[in-house]
Amino acid sequence: MKLQVADLNSFYGPAHILFDIALEVGEGEVVALLGRNGAGKSTTFRSIVGLVENRSGRIVFEGRDVSAQPTHAIVRGGLGYVPEERRIFTDLTVDENLEVGRQPKRPNAPYWTREKLFTLFPNLGEMRNRPGGRMSGGEQQMLTIARTLMGNPLLVLLDEPSEGLSPKIVEQMVEAILAMKREGVSIVVSEQNLHFARLISDRAYIIERGKICFGGTMAELDARPDIRDAHLSL
Amino acid sequence: MAFYFVQFLTGLASAASLFLVASGLSIIFGVTRIVNFAHGAFYMLGAYMAFTLTERFSGALGFWGGIVAAALVVAAIGVLVEMVLLRRIYHAPELFQLLATFGLTLMVQDIVVLIWGPDDLLGRRAPSFRGAVDFFGQNIPSYDLFLIALSPVVLGVLWLLFQRTRWGVLVRAATQDRDMVAALGVNQKWLFTSVFALGVFLAALGGALQIPRDAVHHALDLRIIVEVFVVVVIGGLGSIIGAFVAAVLVSELNAFGILIFPKISIILVFLVMAVVLIVRPWGLFGKPEAAARRTPGLTVNPWRPLTSGERLMSLGALVLAAMLPLFAGNYALTVGSEIAIYVIFAASLHFLMSVGGLASFGHAAYFGLGAYGVAFLAKAAGLPMIVSLLLGPLLGLLGAAVFGFFAVQLSGVYFAMLTLAFAQIVWSIAFQWVTVTGGDNGILGVWPDKWASSPASFYWLSLAVAALAVAVLRVIVFSPFGFALRATRDSPLRSEAIGINGKRVQWTAFVISGTVAGIGGALFAYLKGSVFPDSLGISLSVDALVMVLLGGVETVSGAIIGAIVFKAANIWLVSQTDLSKLVLGGFIVLMVVAFPKGIVGTLETIRNRWRSPEKKSALAMSRIETAE
Repeated sequence: MKLQVADLNSFYGPAHILFDIALEVGEGEVVALLGRNGAGKSTTFRSIVGLVENRSGRIVFEGRDVSAQPTHAIVRGGLGYVPEERRIFTDLTVDENLEVGRQPKRPNAPYWTREKLFTLFPNLGEMRNRPGGRMSGGEQQMLTIARTLMGNPLLVLLDEPSEGLSPKIVEQMVEAILAMKREGVSIVVSEQNLHFARLISDRAYIIERGKICFGGTMAELDARPDIRDAHLSL
Repeated sequence: MAFYFVQFLTGLASAASLFLVASGLSIIFGVTRIVNFAHGAFYMLGAYMAFTLTERFSGALGFWGGIVAAALVVAAIGVLVEMVLLRRIYHAPELFQLLATFGLTLMVQDIVVLIWGPDDLLGRRAPSFRGAVDFFGQNIPSYDLFLIALSPVVLGVLWLLFQRTRWGVLVRAATQDRDMVAALGVNQKWLFTSVFALGVFLAALGGALQIPRDAVHHALDLRIIVEVFVVVVIGGLGSIIGAFVAAVLVSELNAFGILIFPKISIILVFLVMAVVLIVRPWGLFGKPEAAARRTPGLTVNPWRPLTSGERLMSLGALVLAAMLPLFAGNYALTVGSEIAIYVIFAASLHFLMSVGGLASFGHAAYFGLGAYGVAFLAKAAGLPMIVSLLLGPLLGLLGAAVFGFFAVQLSGVYFAMLTLAFAQIVWSIAFQWVTVTGGDNGILGVWPDKWASSPASFYWLSLAVAALAVAVLRVIVFSPFGFALRATRDSPLRSEAIGINGKRVQWTAFVISGTVAGIGGALFAYLKGSVFPDSLGISLSVDALVMVLLGGVETVSGAIIGAIVFKAANIWLVSQTDLSKLVLGGFIVLMVVAFPKGIVGTLETIRNRWRSPEKKSALAMSRIETAE
């Protein structure tokens, strides 16, 4: 088991946001976290990497409970995070953005060089010196993923990678995620878009109002249209 | 012609230190979002340390090595400060950060006097830069030429550091989005520490390099920090190029301003700053900031007018205070009058800070203007006391109207820096324009008329004015204007959207607050019988901030309690120790770190907990922090 989350509760100020979240991600697996806007997908990811400070529960990554560690230490341990709103550094060039994400080679994880990433995202290779603020939304989305991969992660939390992208770019995104999977990176991808999730995922969880209300394989999810219709807007 | 050219070079040479300090401040602000008030203190420490080290070691190596070693030692002190103090307040509102670093400045002032003594120290001349170069009959010190060459070199080195090293890339990334940098596996703590070390190193180097040009003394810190604030406001906070250009600009304005207005050369700098602020409020090379972080206003306990019981209690307290002359002696009554005046002053600042969300770091300007107003009217025009008291504060009103117009264009730290710079400009004018203000000697013989001359009647007068001022300010808080002001404080965008002219509301609040401060100053002039530039000084401005903080920023009228406790403690402290700045500074730092809600704020919290025990969870997190 790569990642095991249990009894995760999170708070923003006095507001209780996540309730006893539990999820598991196996070696080399792609797991989808599905849910509507505001269901708690991003908060789940932010809580796992420690960006939500007020949280309790167990977060076991690579056999160690990392819930007491600060964000940078969790990420240094090989747990990559790609935020939702892209959050690239707009004043920095593509190369510099990648530099911020760079971490040393990890023996047990795929190793990413700039060249390798530019074959995965050819657009980026053509604009290495362009400031992040002058890239299109799709290019920025690719840059955030590439930036996180520069840290040679064992597992990546990918927050709504298809959001706001054109169908053509979404296709490239699917390719990129499958390529990451082939390299051996485990992935948790949060999505509202079931079609997109189906193209890449092995299993899925559904989150609604801060609670996990379904967990199973994609086939099991397809067998339960009632759950799908109740919790996902298609 | 040659003379003007030499004057120009002198300006460039002065720009070197200014640039070093300002760039350090900018770099620190860029990443940590803290405006390090203590930067002037580090500059001064650099100068003292360099003085000691260059005296100890001889020869060229001893001199240059001493300069660099001094900057390194001070940078190490900076690291200690960052780890012990700043790490605790990165999430605190900016007002608290400014105050804590100011507290540090106060402590350093006493510490350098303890170590190096109160006298000016003359440092060694730089080896091989002792002479002067002749330029068409004018002498240019060769050390000046060295400094002129140095600043572009430093600029270049900094540019390389930020553009060409991994550390520089990380710092620039953190300037934009700190959390994201952490989410990519970078330990922010050490990044912050290293940035702070670099910034302090630059400040200390700036100080150390001044010793061949200038005497080292214990007032260097405030002098440089005000100039640096002006530089970063003009150049744009966070921009190194901006710091460079603005440092040159300000230094040249000073160099040539002296030729045009020999007495009040600072006016020229002020005019340029005003123009820049109108055209580009975020400075020549700065970037418009996203909506400023919220200053106090995350009120846990909603404000409400006093209940009738509380009104009776306040009235009772007032009656009790009015009975003081029945049993207290003259000294106690004079102290009582002074406290009442400080209540007026603190309440006026509290109105601006807590209700308006505008933390002024130069509020003494309006207090002092009111005092000078009275002094002019009473001495020069010979008006009776009651007329002077009524008209004198108008000078405070006028100052607040002019400076406030510029200041409210900004918010947050820019507002704080600008108000401080304005106050310092007013102070300089009072200090330098001897023919009108008497300069350092002040204006003497401003005595009250007969009806108010006894300590008891003056005490009653002060008390009555204080009660009236506090009551009026409270009424304003709960008036429609007060609602508009608080709405603007809490959300400028939303209040604009419902038709509130935010800038005008804030400007009006600024004028009200400045006028009330002026009333306090007017009484103060009569209490002391004289007016000095001190009444406009930074330390008085900071006293006011501490009073507000001590009472509680999040309260409606906490400043009253804050002023009483602070002033009483201050009078006692000054009589007990020579190191009052050290104690006061330490107290400010402690208060910001451990006790941010102040006396009244803490009492309110306790009372609410007592009333509703089930709400404990919300109170458990009752530290004042800003949401990011």
